[in-house]
Amino acid sequence: MKGNEAIAEAAIRAGADAYFGYPITPQSEVIEYLMAEKPHERTGKVVLQAESEVAAINMVYGAAGAGKKVWTSSSSPGISLKQEGISYMAGAELPCVVLNVVRGGPGLGTIQPSQADYFQAVKGGGHGDYKLIVLAPASVQEMADHVGEAFDLAFKYLTPVLILSDGVIGQMMEKVWLEEQQPRLSNEEIAEKYSWATVGKTKNRERNIITSLRLKSDEMEAHNIVLQKKYKSIEENEVRFETFDCDDAEYLFVAYGSSARICQKAVQIARAEGIKAGLLRPITLFPFPKNEINALTSRVKGMLSVEMSSGQMVEDVKLAVNGKIKVEHFGRFGGIIPTPDEVVEALEQKIIGG
Amino acid sequence: MDIKEIIKPENLVYKKTEFMTDNPLSYCPGCGHGTAHRLTMEVLEEMEIADQTIGVAPVGCSVLAYDFMNIDMQQAAHGRAPAVATGIKRCYPDKFVFTYQGDGDLAAIGTAETIHACNRGENITIIFVNNGIYGMTGGQMAPTTLPGMRSSTSPYGRDIESMGNPLKMTELVAQLPGVSYVSRQAVHTPRHVRKAKKAIRQAFELQKAKQGTTFVEIVSNCNSGWKMTPVQSNIWMEENMFPYYPLGEIKTPEK
Repeated sequence: MKGNEAIAEAAIRAGADAYFGYPITPQSEVIEYLMAEKPHERTGKVVLQAESEVAAINMVYGAAGAGKKVWTSSSSPGISLKQEGISYMAGAELPCVVLNVVRGGPGLGTIQPSQADYFQAVKGGGHGDYKLIVLAPASVQEMADHVGEAFDLAFKYLTPVLILSDGVIGQMMEKVWLEEQQPRLSNEEIAEKYSWATVGKTKNRERNIITSLRLKSDEMEAHNIVLQKKYKSIEENEVRFETFDCDDAEYLFVAYGSSARICQKAVQIARAEGIKAGLLRPITLFPFPKNEINALTSRVKGMLSVEMSSGQMVEDVKLAVNGKIKVEHFGRFGGIIPTPDEVVEALEQKIIGG
Repeated sequence: MDIKEIIKPENLVYKKTEFMTDNPLSYCPGCGHGTAHRLTMEVLEEMEIADQTIGVAPVGCSVLAYDFMNIDMQQAAHGRAPAVATGIKRCYPDKFVFTYQGDGDLAAIGTAETIHACNRGENITIIFVNNGIYGMTGGQMAPTTLPGMRSSTSPYGRDIESMGNPLKMTELVAQLPGVSYVSRQAVHTPRHVRKAKKAIRQAFELQKAKQGTTFVEIVSNCNSGWKMTPVQSNIWMEENMFPYYPLGEIKTPEK
């Protein structure tokens, strides 16, 4: 399956209630798959093509505010359009899943793969002080696995979760193992489970209000403090990462998504040349595995952040390393995918020889 | 009759609906919003559907509608209320969903969401309060500001050449097959209030019958933004707004 198809099927099986989207390359297979698959007949899941990305994310807001498990997908320019709605959802503490199959920018850019939306994904994206939980799949299997996990995290913390994929992972075909169909919650179960959901005010409770507005600054500050506590708790509990050949590594690649796949091969090439290289792959980009990266500085001589961008995650790697060892960036951008040989060469030039 | 007599249940002739909260309205004295809120809530009460209704508040003067309407509500981003309502209604087709929007929200920044929700025939009710100005932000020109009308961003009057014509969204959405009912009303006299309530009731009845989008415009005043007394503003509204935005039933379901 293609990555885009795998996540669409996995979302149906995860018991998603609704999807609202708008076509954009390289992720249109998501809505095409969902429309063809008729999830309304299979599970009752709603699928609607909206008039814009802006409308789609606000449909997500409405459905999420009524307690539904709802998601949307897009690619970079469309994700920029969704930022207003994502900020509102972070402010109103609504759960949802947003998939970004990143393409090259800025502007209309290119339809080729890129990782240049890292800053937008992990530093907030829209206006105001907020963070998203950001998952970065590196395979078609993870495209499928992450959507269910993303829904669990979204409802656990009542916050939007972003799956930061890219054009490589979205378009490539790999074997994938899919979970069994999970049941959707009934409207009665939603009303019972999510006391905050706007499903109609019954006599025995106060009205529920979904809003991000707090006109009084003391209330707004108090709300911000609640949000920051939530993000701290996420940082303490939800860091996910993977290591390859790190045990004896003298030099470390730090890479996520499709760059991590390239770096896996680069580790093999480097080791064949006698360079003890390893790879740390963040799976969550927020929360970032900063403590784990910092711990490795005691035995690693240098780190190379490999990204399909001009250097974004490298800033977080540098913050984690805090000056203890050398950290450099290597990237190709604008839709160019680096080769493993290029990556090894960059390690030799920028870290080992530099 | 003294106060003790008046408040006896048998002498009671009118009672505020329980679906309006006791919060003091934040609207300016003389504004039509309070009446439009009340009529909407009275219709929900009379139809006994308040516990199955979700309202969507806009950005604008009525951003805090949820402080006054005692039902479950969501506050939407500026102009996005019809999209938010779509999200709710698609997931809960048997519940009642309405948006309550002003003219800046519905006819400027939210034009696309309004047209497309109506074009899909979303089975929701849109209450559109048109006072020809941005009240909340301090009296700037709205898409519905009349030709020659002064506002803080058209201080010499709206110049059609450079600022465009007022947008008649209500006539526009009436053209769309997905919309079953379109009505334009007012709430500045008891006679108009009765007719407006009838229109809102009709809109929710058609939503109940799953007849697609229903749309009720309420032409209202903004005495603060128009820099008039409430009485002057109502007279000005009758003399200037009503000729441009004529009241009445614009589209009714085909029998």
